[in-house]
Amino acid sequence: MDFNDTPEEAAFRAEVRGWLDANATRIDPNETGSYEMFSENDGDDVVKQAQAWQAKKADAGWACITWPKEYGGRGGTIMENIIFSQEERNYHTPQNIFGIGLGMAGPTVMAHGTPEQKAKYLPSLLRGERIWCQLFSEPAAGSDLAGLTTRAERDGDDWIINGQKVWTSGAHYSKTGIIVTRSDFNAPKHKGLTYFIVDMEAEGVDVRPIKQMTGGANFNEVFFTNVRIPDADRLDEVGNGWAVSITTLMNERMSIGSGFALGPDRIFEEFNRLAQNTYVDGIPAVENHAVRAKIAELYSRMKAMELTSNRVLSSISQGKAPGTESAVIKLAMGALNQEIAAFGMELQGNLGTEHGPQSVFNNGLFQEVYLGIPAMRIAGGSDEVQRNVIAERELGIPQETRVDKGIPFKDIPSAASR
Amino acid sequence: MNFLFDDDQHALRDAAKKLLLNKATLDGLHKDMDGGVAYNKELWDIMSENGYQGIGIPEEFGGAGMGYLNQVVVAEELGYSFAHTPYTSSIVGAAEAILQAGSDDQKHKYLPQLASGELIGTIAYYEQSGRYDAAGIETKESGGKLTGKKMPVIDATIAGIAVVAAQGSKGLSLYIVDLKQSGVEITALKSMEMLRASSVVTLNGAEAELLGEEGKGAELLETLTSRMAIFIAFEQIGGATRCMEDARDYSLERYIFGKPLGTYQAIKHRISDMFMRNELARSNCYFGAWALESSEGDIAEAAALARSTAAEAFEFAAQENLQVHGGIGFTWAEDCHIFVKRMRHLDALIGGRLVWRERLYKILESKAA
Repeated sequence: MDFNDTPEEAAFRAEVRGWLDANATRIDPNETGSYEMFSENDGDDVVKQAQAWQAKKADAGWACITWPKEYGGRGGTIMENIIFSQEERNYHTPQNIFGIGLGMAGPTVMAHGTPEQKAKYLPSLLRGERIWCQLFSEPAAGSDLAGLTTRAERDGDDWIINGQKVWTSGAHYSKTGIIVTRSDFNAPKHKGLTYFIVDMEAEGVDVRPIKQMTGGANFNEVFFTNVRIPDADRLDEVGNGWAVSITTLMNERMSIGSGFALGPDRIFEEFNRLAQNTYVDGIPAVENHAVRAKIAELYSRMKAMELTSNRVLSSISQGKAPGTESAVIKLAMGALNQEIAAFGMELQGNLGTEHGPQSVFNNGLFQEVYLGIPAMRIAGGSDEVQRNVIAERELGIPQETRVDKGIPFKDIPSAASR
Repeated sequence: MNFLFDDDQHALRDAAKKLLLNKATLDGLHKDMDGGVAYNKELWDIMSENGYQGIGIPEEFGGAGMGYLNQVVVAEELGYSFAHTPYTSSIVGAAEAILQAGSDDQKHKYLPQLASGELIGTIAYYEQSGRYDAAGIETKESGGKLTGKKMPVIDATIAGIAVVAAQGSKGLSLYIVDLKQSGVEITALKSMEMLRASSVVTLNGAEAELLGEEGKGAELLETLTSRMAIFIAFEQIGGATRCMEDARDYSLERYIFGKPLGTYQAIKHRISDMFMRNELARSNCYFGAWALESSEGDIAEAAALARSTAAEAFEFAAQENLQVHGGIGFTWAEDCHIFVKRMRHLDALIGGRLVWRERLYKILESKAA
């Protein structure tokens, strides 16, 4: 155990800092930044700024530190990647809209793609030239993803896709998607799936934004009507789509779990400032012991989250298979942020529901978190799914008795077959 | 950067777990409880033979000098096994206090005996006010003799010395007191936790030697309880892990409506929550271990973090483990109540979550200012 950098890590960190200082503005720790979790602004300008920053990083070799050099990566270590992310967080940088491509689609293509597919897709993905989205969930298949019914039928050298996907973040600005479909309705549930790379500009793809409870519309429903996908864009074998999906989902849990929008220090700063300026029954909140105890508790829970994430990163960098710590972080993070936001709003008294950067306190930070967080408890495996993952994979507790195993998919009961 | 224990520490953990589970069986704990046995002397002696008491104590004072990272591993396994030993009082309490505050002579005199286990020590800081702060201490020193009443003092009936807090002529100070002298009276107290014998220690002009600088008792207490808090947090997380595993094991053995209890999400999700809370608290404990080992981190902040989250995790795990067991969990014959009582005992020992969260806020507040 050594929480400090090794000499090599310290040298790498200095190099990263040098480059960031030359290419971005360091965040002043005293400024009150707003926190846009599900930003309502993801128009063309945001996309262009994000792409410019990603291309700049790619040119300097920072875009995908752990990726092989042949695809534009640095061929670096996981620890170097962590150091870069830790440092980049301290600078003003454009919103990162490449998470699905870099964190999920890229690793999936690398694990399951042919050499031709890798050469064709990975370099433009890495540079941010083509933005990717993930087409997994359907109206009747969320936590039970393998229950999906989007149909893929073979037609010569092509496949014809019909069906509907939903909760597709960024589909409105994405050029490419990863999609899992059902190619065999007679096979058992998990055996009849096939996974493709899909051109989002192909004929028959219809992207419709969904307005969220935040007021923004960052995700979409996507309709596929006789969309043709060349067989060359199939990832892995026909019928092996479930295994490919698992690769994507494992990477998703890592990337959602490691996102620290509000670290422990920021939490304390925001709360401490708020408590100095608000009152409980005529007494400054910062002098109220229930308030102090609650803030200290929230800080210690967020600190635990950061330190647990460090443990996961150490496991991975030492080549050990990570346990279910990332499920732990994902599960704990949603509820913790919900409590943080609710407590911040409570301290603000009758201004607690004022929303937006003109808010009197904290630039509307807690309201933004409060409205965005329900999505975090559902996306990428809901709280309930994470609890199953922990119980079944880590603790060896069996699954609940299931009625959908070992029978053809078409015979599984559903709302439609009722 | 490496945020994990290394292979040697894992090997120590495995060895300690094996030894402790073999010698500190839950049956044995029940027998000791029913028979009013003060501690498991056989286990304590075997621990001595294997050098567990002295693992973190420097070699020049009779220990193995293996550092705090190894010592916390032992503390965690003692917590996991619910071992009936005076380790917390003697090593985490008395030995650490003498190591931090003692003169060279005092370290040479006491630490080798504590490290070998032949001498048992304890701490007697608090009194009947129930307060954990310096102002709650009324025991007085006059001419090198102490007068006052300390309670509860853990393991006083088996200890040879105690580190005592008292008001001296220059303010609060710490002292080492030989408990076997005539000026000391020890009366048993009834405690919920029967495996950590609890007493009132009455000092009637007891001879005492000053430990650390006179008048610096309040600062010393803050330092020493911070260091204790980290070890105890490891003990708590060990106990919490045992509770989670006990719930898991029971949920697999017990059948209900034709299938294992644990397959119901109402039960399995609760056990996952225990695991979640334990792992998050464990990370704060690691931070504490690193603060102790490197002595460059902020020990006081790390202690408050570890203490408050580990106490919370242990409470959840101990109570929910009992609940998962159903009616049998409420019986004396099961182990659940032993876990619950130890959990409460460790929570009360050096202040509960309210105390440590306030400490944490003060630390963060002063850093921010």
